[in-house]
Amino acid sequence: MAIVHCNNVAIKGIAACVPEHIEDNKTLSLLGGSDEAERFIGTTGVEFRHTVNGTGLCTSDLCFEAADRLLKELEWGSDEVDCLIFVSQTPDYILPATSCILQHRLGLSTDCFAIDISLGCSGWVYGLSTIASLMASGTMKKGLLLTGDTTTVTKSPRDKSTYPLFGDAGTATALEYTEGSGSIMFHMGTDGKGFDSIMIPDGGFRNFYNEHSLQTEEVEPGIYRNRLQSILNGPAVFTFGITKAPRSVNTLLEHFQLSKDDIDYFVFHQANLMMNEKIRSKLKIDPSKVPYSLQEYGNTSSASIPLTIVAELASVLKKGHHRILASAFGVGLSWASVVFDTSDLVCPDVILLSASQKTIP
Amino acid sequence: MSEKFIDLFKETLEITDDSVQLDTEFRKLPQWDSLAFLSVIAMIDEEYDVVIEGNDFIKLITVADVINEIKNRS
Repeated sequence: MAIVHCNNVAIKGIAACVPEHIEDNKTLSLLGGSDEAERFIGTTGVEFRHTVNGTGLCTSDLCFEAADRLLKELEWGSDEVDCLIFVSQTPDYILPATSCILQHRLGLSTDCFAIDISLGCSGWVYGLSTIASLMASGTMKKGLLLTGDTTTVTKSPRDKSTYPLFGDAGTATALEYTEGSGSIMFHMGTDGKGFDSIMIPDGGFRNFYNEHSLQTEEVEPGIYRNRLQSILNGPAVFTFGITKAPRSVNTLLEHFQLSKDDIDYFVFHQANLMMNEKIRSKLKIDPSKVPYSLQEYGNTSSASIPLTIVAELASVLKKGHHRILASAFGVGLSWASVVFDTSDLVCPDVILLSASQKTIP
Repeated sequence: MSEKFIDLFKETLEITDDSVQLDTEFRKLPQWDSLAFLSVIAMIDEEYDVVIEGNDFIKLITVADVINEIKNRS
């Protein structure tokens, strides 16, 4: 069983950055009128989304701003960071790895471990397990986990089954090796049988970019996309999420003999309101312990958990000790849950980035 | 069970007339779309503690098929 248990590594700070541009689903013509838009918002919970909106802003730009701000607030010197993990499915290039670009852009030492991980919704928890495991031996003292996606670029603006759900965001999570700081506990799972439930068919090396890739087809009545745009099989992902997420949370709690009462907040990947509420009610968790950011930001892939923490919990977490359970599920199919503690968490407000501020390296 | 399921099904799709019967092919209902699909999956899970996966749901054509699938799984 994929259980991970890391001691002496603590989350010191979390920051999040979104594009300044806001799309309002209430007035989105794709949803075809106010009644349908209202029904969509009522079911999915997604009202507004911050999107890069054709400006060319990349995930790495958003992550850079979040990391830069976080390092300043933590008063960490950039040369102190020993490892950097970038989790995204919207990297700058097919090669090189975006983590290498960010190492240089952030001014980190060349004595720095840097790696990209390709995961979406479950990416923050998977990335956290990887960086915490790397740091647990105590030789690397400070690390940065950067996660996020500009998924709106991969969605067809003529596909109402995907486009109105997603927003763009980049986040930074700072970890430090601190003896006696407690444990971070994980449970993870994978089921590649559902690999085609959320996928971009062309542009990789199985289906190389070709002359048909940009041809838009009507895949279902009223739903148009090309083969470089993302498919989302809603019902398949829905049944997957409402089954696996509660099981993963319960497995994690049981394995480490924790009770739900030990947890101050349960932060779930922001998939959509109906799915998340289903998961919450199956776990019988009080709504006051389950923050949501999807009304303002939509589903932001691997940024959704840290973004929700920054947007909804920062004022609480800045002071005192808190125990959080986070659980994520989605593309892969892949899922993961974690319990971690925070103590006077450094958590600057959500950063808004306009394209004109972008400083391309 | 059939009558209760039809009531729940109509409530989920916000249907007030009697257009839903055992032999109704539910995908042909004007109210049926992807959001309705998700709502029905959630309703079945809530009411019967049964999760019918997307690939299995594809095989179900009529309301009676759904009821039989729930019975087989509970």
